[in-house]
Amino acid sequence: MSSLILDLLLVIALLWSALRSLMTRDLFRAVVLFIVFGLLMALVWARLHAPDIALAEAAIGAGLTGALLLDTVGYLRKKQQESFP
Amino acid sequence: MRNLLNVLVIVLSAALGLVLIGVILESPSPARVRLPEEVLMQIGASGVTHPVTAVLLNFRGYDTLLEVMVLLLALLGVLAQMGKQKRENPPAGFYLTEPRMQVLLWLARVLVPLMVLVAGYLLWAGGHQPGGAFQAGAVLAAAGVLLNLSGLLPSWMEPAWNLRAGLVSGLLVFLLIAAAVMMTASPGLLLQYPPASAGMLILLVETGLTLSLGLILAGLFLFLSGDAIDDEADK
Repeated sequence: MSSLILDLLLVIALLWSALRSLMTRDLFRAVVLFIVFGLLMALVWARLHAPDIALAEAAIGAGLTGALLLDTVGYLRKKQQESFP
Repeated sequence: MRNLLNVLVIVLSAALGLVLIGVILESPSPARVRLPEEVLMQIGASGVTHPVTAVLLNFRGYDTLLEVMVLLLALLGVLAQMGKQKRENPPAGFYLTEPRMQVLLWLARVLVPLMVLVAGYLLWAGGHQPGGAFQAGAVLAAAGVLLNLSGLLPSWMEPAWNLRAGLVSGLLVFLLIAAAVMMTASPGLLLQYPPASAGMLILLVETGLTLSLGLILAGLFLFLSGDAIDDEADK
């Protein structure tokens, strides 16, 4: 029973973070929500008995992709400041 | 017009999604071929005891070989794009004098050795439990990103010969072992390890891949982050 509640909460949080990441207008917030989505996804993979994919998702999906996206947001902001000081 | 296009895209995507769901529900259950059982039956010949590693590096080693090539190609794409803009090498550790940066510095100095240790453990664990070269490489790359963000490691510019060698070493080891096995143990068959030495060969391949994938994944960040560092220096 408690595992069912945990799974339901995970599904709701996963869909919510995915939706918010797509809908929000602030790029920085979208990237942070994407990282949250990746970490929740890793938990879901672990619950689905796929620990290998969970490890890869947490390290590559959330960690490295998140770092790259944050770097891109910083670069875009710098460009924006240069063109509209 | 734009709105109409948006609606069209949404409707088409929804239709495609529904069709895919329908196909999955309609498709007959695969009763004849049960892959998990097949893998477990053959796992004795693979040289490792973890089924995922057995599939990735032995039964479907060819897929992994191509995956590594794809990652290397992605990095080559980044390098090709970089070549157009000339930038000077930013000095490392230029904003480390601020007191608030000491926490980050200390954290990086404690965490990075631990991360290297974890990467080594994941590489070794891949043979008998979840882990393996890709995860270990990603942890190594994350250590590189952390060092770069805390200012201890400057962003990479033009890769020197030793970095280039590191980037391709995993693929070279993989190809060399594939060629050696093809010429000696099983002529004409790609990546058919002899069961007696399969475990050692897989560990060799994974060690090379961990190093290379760590450098490739870190490179995707470190070759691109030069501007971000400059940005910090301006503040």
